[in-house]
Amino acid sequence: MSFLPYAVAGWLFLVGLYGIVTSRNLIHLVVCLTVVQASTYVLLLAIGYRDDATAPIFADISTSRPVVDPVVATLTLTDVVVEATVAALLLSLAVQAHRRFGTLDPDELGALRG
Amino acid sequence: MSRRLRLVVFGLGAAGLAALFVWGFAELPHFGDFDGAYGQLLADLTVPERHATSAVAVSTFDFRGLDTLGEEFILFTAAVGVLVLLRGQRAGETVAAEPIRAHHPTAESRTLRSVSVALAAPVLVLGAYVVAHGHLTPGGGFQGGVVLMTALLLVYLGGTHLRVGGMRPLTGMEAAEGAGAAGFALIGLGGIVLAASFLENFLPFGTTGNLISGGVIPLLNVSVGFEVMGALLVVIGELLDQRFLIRRGDQ
Repeated sequence: MSFLPYAVAGWLFLVGLYGIVTSRNLIHLVVCLTVVQASTYVLLLAIGYRDDATAPIFADISTSRPVVDPVVATLTLTDVVVEATVAALLLSLAVQAHRRFGTLDPDELGALRG
Repeated sequence: MSRRLRLVVFGLGAAGLAALFVWGFAELPHFGDFDGAYGQLLADLTVPERHATSAVAVSTFDFRGLDTLGEEFILFTAAVGVLVLLRGQRAGETVAAEPIRAHHPTAESRTLRSVSVALAAPVLVLGAYVVAHGHLTPGGGFQGGVVLMTALLLVYLGGTHLRVGGMRPLTGMEAAEGAGAAGFALIGLGGIVLAASFLENFLPFGTTGNLISGGVIPLLNVSVGFEVMGALLVVIGELLDQRFLIRRGDQ
């Protein structure tokens, strides 16, 4: 079925979003955000795929072989780096929140802040 | 908003979003049917014009090198952001972050210690290999930098936290991070000075398939490798320091 990889991307997005909405812990929330971001990798790589094509690495194949799109792979690489940095920043914010308010539950943080 | 109400609102929104996804995905080209001319062009130019064999590395570091420069500075800025957030907080502490029992190994388990020490050197070699062969095979500075970071982290895990407070190898990591980011920009400037434009190749391309080939791409890979390794270790080191702080706060 040619639709399935896109559906997987959509499902990852929604399931990660569900985790964020219901999260009771900031660390868990950051992990859920990385699940949402994983959906973009799946979508990008799925879009660039060609039937019967191989990876765009010509070290041991002829340059005439059909290959999948190298641009989406490059974009995915950027995506992964951005995800890691966003996660790092959010985790340090979670550390801050825990030290200041003594809790990691987003609901209690909201209550403290009014 | 109560949790139940929030779930209901989310359920409605998610259902709408799912419907939009189905609608949108149905209009996308069928999986495996992609017909983008740009990527194909880059793949076709990789070997004849750049003498490298990894089309992904060539589009990352050459055809789209400016994007990668921006990406590298995102990483740099984020690491600096983590430092500012976590160190600023520590400024109020009377004692610098250091382990509670500095002279004891942090890893209580002998197995953990021996396995991580035994793994460190092979992982380091693997990381250097992945960085060095970025223009030939899958890999490169980003991937190899993460592997290098793991090697140093294994030393940390298997050894002691001893140096976290004293000598601080983290200072060296900050230097590695800065050098990596600056190196990328300097190689880009070299393109202006020695060739026609920013990030343009100014070295001979060499023979396709050789370790030294592809012009400046291997150099860019090495600088990204340092940058990634340094930035990740700085971030992880800061988060580990926090752990000591928090534990001391509990006592």
